[in-house]
Amino acid sequence: MSALFDYRTCPTTGLRVDRNAEKLIKANAVVAVVFLAIGGLFGLLVALTRWPAVHFLPADWFYLALTAHGLDVLLVWIIFFEMAVLYFASAILLNSRLAGPKWAWTGFGLMLVGALITNVAVLQGGSSVMFTSYVPMMAEPHFYLGIILFAVGALIGCGVFFGTLVIAKRDKTYDGSIPLVTFGALTAAIIAVFTIASGAIILIPTLLWSLGLVSHIDPLIYKTIWWAMGHSSQQINVSAHVAVWYAIAAMVFGAKPLSEKVSRTAFLMYILFLQIASAHHMLVEPGFSSEWKIFNTSYAMYLAVVGSMVHGMTVPGSIEAAQRSRGLTKGLFEWLRKAPWANPAFAGMFMSLVFFGFIGGISGVVMGTEQINMIMHNTLYVPGHFHGTVVAGTTLAFMAITYLLVPLIFRRELMMKKLATWQPYVFGIGVAGISVFMMGAGTLGVSRRHWDMTFADAALPFDYPSAAFLMMGLNGIFACMAALGGLMFVVIVVGSVFFGKKLAEDEKPSYPEVPPDSAAVGHYGSSESLRIPGTAFLVGIFFVAFVLYYFVNWKYLSEIWPLS
Amino acid sequence: MALTPPSERIWWRQPIAKIELIWIFVAFTWGVLMFFMMIYWHGAGEQNLSNEAYQIKPKVFAEKAQKMIDEYTVREENGFPVVRPPAGSDVYLIARLWQWWPVLELEKDQSYRLHLSSMDWQHGFSLQPVNINVQVHPGYEIVMTVKPDRAGEYGLICNEFCGIGHHNMVGKIHVVE
Repeated sequence: MSALFDYRTCPTTGLRVDRNAEKLIKANAVVAVVFLAIGGLFGLLVALTRWPAVHFLPADWFYLALTAHGLDVLLVWIIFFEMAVLYFASAILLNSRLAGPKWAWTGFGLMLVGALITNVAVLQGGSSVMFTSYVPMMAEPHFYLGIILFAVGALIGCGVFFGTLVIAKRDKTYDGSIPLVTFGALTAAIIAVFTIASGAIILIPTLLWSLGLVSHIDPLIYKTIWWAMGHSSQQINVSAHVAVWYAIAAMVFGAKPLSEKVSRTAFLMYILFLQIASAHHMLVEPGFSSEWKIFNTSYAMYLAVVGSMVHGMTVPGSIEAAQRSRGLTKGLFEWLRKAPWANPAFAGMFMSLVFFGFIGGISGVVMGTEQINMIMHNTLYVPGHFHGTVVAGTTLAFMAITYLLVPLIFRRELMMKKLATWQPYVFGIGVAGISVFMMGAGTLGVSRRHWDMTFADAALPFDYPSAAFLMMGLNGIFACMAALGGLMFVVIVVGSVFFGKKLAEDEKPSYPEVPPDSAAVGHYGSSESLRIPGTAFLVGIFFVAFVLYYFVNWKYLSEIWPLS
Repeated sequence: MALTPPSERIWWRQPIAKIELIWIFVAFTWGVLMFFMMIYWHGAGEQNLSNEAYQIKPKVFAEKAQKMIDEYTVREENGFPVVRPPAGSDVYLIARLWQWWPVLELEKDQSYRLHLSSMDWQHGFSLQPVNINVQVHPGYEIVMTVKPDRAGEYGLICNEFCGIGHHNMVGKIHVVE
């Protein structure tokens, strides 16, 4: 066995690092960042086209770019990075060898080939069907084929992750239960299996249909099952980025979860209830009962939302507890004021937490309310919401942990440290702006996935209010800011990975600064160590914002035509 | 740390801090309240989307719409027939590449049974500026009772991507006193 396990010892943590796992983490992370750059560029083109004063691309290129943007960032960037997270959370954190590295490379190869095939299909122009590819609109067969290959590759990656957990347990490479971060990654992997199975169930028949071998795909059934993949894959992201929050809190502060029981139960709520949110996309479709909609859209009485709200307290709470035990006890917020705001890993993580909760989280619950969905469905409110969750939440969190992975896994010193300090702010505030202004435009009725909000060539005239044009202009400006932040990230990371100063085998990286873990909270739940008034105040503000915004939207709803 | 196995092996026996218990209770209660709010609105609210829907062949739907158009067209507008069906009647609106057909003229504060279906791909019924959005599928018709409560000219745009002419798919509903 030992001959198979080629490892080095990490000078920072003392953990054994399986070189196979390390190579796979590097490969997946690098490909992820490449697709982030490509998908981000398409996103910028989309935003510039929707900026009424610029209106950059012609209509056919706009719909092509929008399809490519969705695929490359929502699917390819995030899932490749998640593979890196899975291998990190299993082999590295559990001090174990990786199960079946050859399988892992096969999965990686399938994902890469699949992503390339689908990208080619989109760029050829015959598959501008959007990320969702709703039937009966048909794409070229290789569009679906690429996604299927990508999904099979990701499924193999999940299998390698599960196998590594089994090996680590058998070989007793760790003592007791798996770490919380690994538990979060396990949550993500379990949801991924459900997600990929749903994708296979619907995309394989759709591929056969595009080849002419199946005569009809029902649009409602397609949409229901497609979203069992489409929405659940966003729940993989949520589980993965929450695990990343905990990981960064631990690495930067030595923070310890307030309660393992509470945090793990919150993850369990994700496994049990998140998947049924497919219903979020079916609230204004014909043929579903209100009972079905209400139960499913609320994740069975919002139990998964409770999970997220719990993480929303326990993550900053664990940071506050760690900071207070270090002596930063003055007032409500000394712990937060004196947090390492110049460390991009912390800054990115904390903004991800705040934006995910306040922008993405609240808007998602409001929009997912059965009746309120009618005043938001398919408006720009929808992309406004999910740029809050997936970009300001997931992507920002993944960027943040990359600043720690470059020195620890790539063994390179980070370059352009000054630029790195600014990067999370430029990207984070840019994305927050995108989200807020798209939501604003959506509230004014502006359609998503739409090339011309002036309707210049339509047979009947229609004008949006001028405020909607202002919103889209602001959206364009903030999109440029986010694109700049994305470019900064790519330059820093690619530069460091290929040209950064190599760290010697036993050299500890000096940046970003990571304090020793001695300051962790003493005991769970014991009254002398757990005082988190600052966090309690912050979640109080969050709760008030949530309640007010929720009822404001009921008020908006009550003002439209009576419908029954 | 969250990166290492829990330091207390029997972590599930550790007590939970009061502040966490309070937050869990608040979050759970709020979730239950939001859940029942949707049910409450079905009884007390005036804006609930109908669950009445049927499978229907596009041809059959088009024939029903044509019958209404033949009977109640009052004038033309930019090549579209403007149809003024009687209050309380069944009104058919066709979604197709890339038109909402026909233009409707409805009376304020009267109820209509509005039928929506698509002839080809999926479309998005998006009535502006009231911002009422309903998905329209081929092969299915959704039937909803609408009661316009303000007079004026309403734009009807498509907000489900339906190909290269998607952004030109604009219809109209007039609401008159």
